[in-house]
Amino acid sequence: MEKPIAAVLCLATVLAALLAMQTGYAQVDTFEFETDEQQRRFRQLSDELRCPQCQNANLSGSSGGVAEDLRREIHRMIIEGMSNAEIEQFMFERYGDFIFYRPRLRSDTLLLWFGPLIFLVIGGVVAWTISRRARQTDAANTEQLDPNQQQRLDKLLKNGESRS
Amino acid sequence: MSKLKYFIPVIAFVALALVLWRGLYLDPKELPSMLIDKPLPEFAMTTVEDSEISNADLPDSMFLLNVWGSYCLPCLVEHPTLMRLAEEGEIPVVGVNYKDRKELALDWLDTNGNPFEFSIYDDLGRLGIDLGVYGAPETYLVDGNGVIRYRHVAVLDEQVWQEVFEPAIAELNAESAP
Repeated sequence: MEKPIAAVLCLATVLAALLAMQTGYAQVDTFEFETDEQQRRFRQLSDELRCPQCQNANLSGSSGGVAEDLRREIHRMIIEGMSNAEIEQFMFERYGDFIFYRPRLRSDTLLLWFGPLIFLVIGGVVAWTISRRARQTDAANTEQLDPNQQQRLDKLLKNGESRS
Repeated sequence: MSKLKYFIPVIAFVALALVLWRGLYLDPKELPSMLIDKPLPEFAMTTVEDSEISNADLPDSMFLLNVWGSYCLPCLVEHPTLMRLAEEGEIPVVGVNYKDRKELALDWLDTNGNPFEFSIYDDLGRLGIDLGVYGAPETYLVDGNGVIRYRHVAVLDEQVWQEVFEPAIAELNAESAP
């Protein structure tokens, strides 16, 4: 019985390790920066922007041609002293919302941002209603029996004792 | 009335199923195009034949801007259509040789024929970024004022030409006629 569990755990560990390794495969570029701050911003931007060519890779994790070009552009813009907001705007003007892994907060992305919260509230209300109702039923059940019921209960209990 | 609440899960399920069902048929590869009804980006580059070229050299009439590369197999599929359009004088075609090498591009044009008025040599993909290109082939329909009116990502074969481009062009012509 214990062996299959051990095997499953082992497999899970291997899979988790593989997954962790995959995210570690960043493209190695030889971009040079003047400050560590610039380098940090480069890394942050290329982690948060999505490769337009690929479905599920950020710019830092993709070897696609476009991703390579966009990393070069980000590097150029950082060296030229543009702010993160300006660089993100540059990307947005060309590739639209697709480029953002962190979509902008706008009227048409409100549901995306706050939908999970709405579902949490709905779930909370449902859970609360159910538990309140359960508490009420419990309370109703502990009420005193009327004399008839009490008599019947005593009789039942007595019968039970005599049988054993 | 109180019985209605027993149907809430069913209603919720149906609503969710409908949303997800529609989601199944959306193409996640389709990017929203940001440049529709915006002017073509400014460029000053060279053609694959090394002559200097800028926005001023573009055709004055409506034309196609086709992003291609010698490495791009689907470009070969749409190539006969582009050749026909250029040969029959239906619409001028301007090429963007995207992330390619000059000698390979010239070879490709020699071997397969050249439907382009000229091909802008964009080896670094710089113009491609301004256009929001993410891979060849892509074809833009640009009007006489240099404004991008339509973008087609994927192969432009005869069927796409007849079903997508011809109606779009007819619509644009009707728009500018009166």
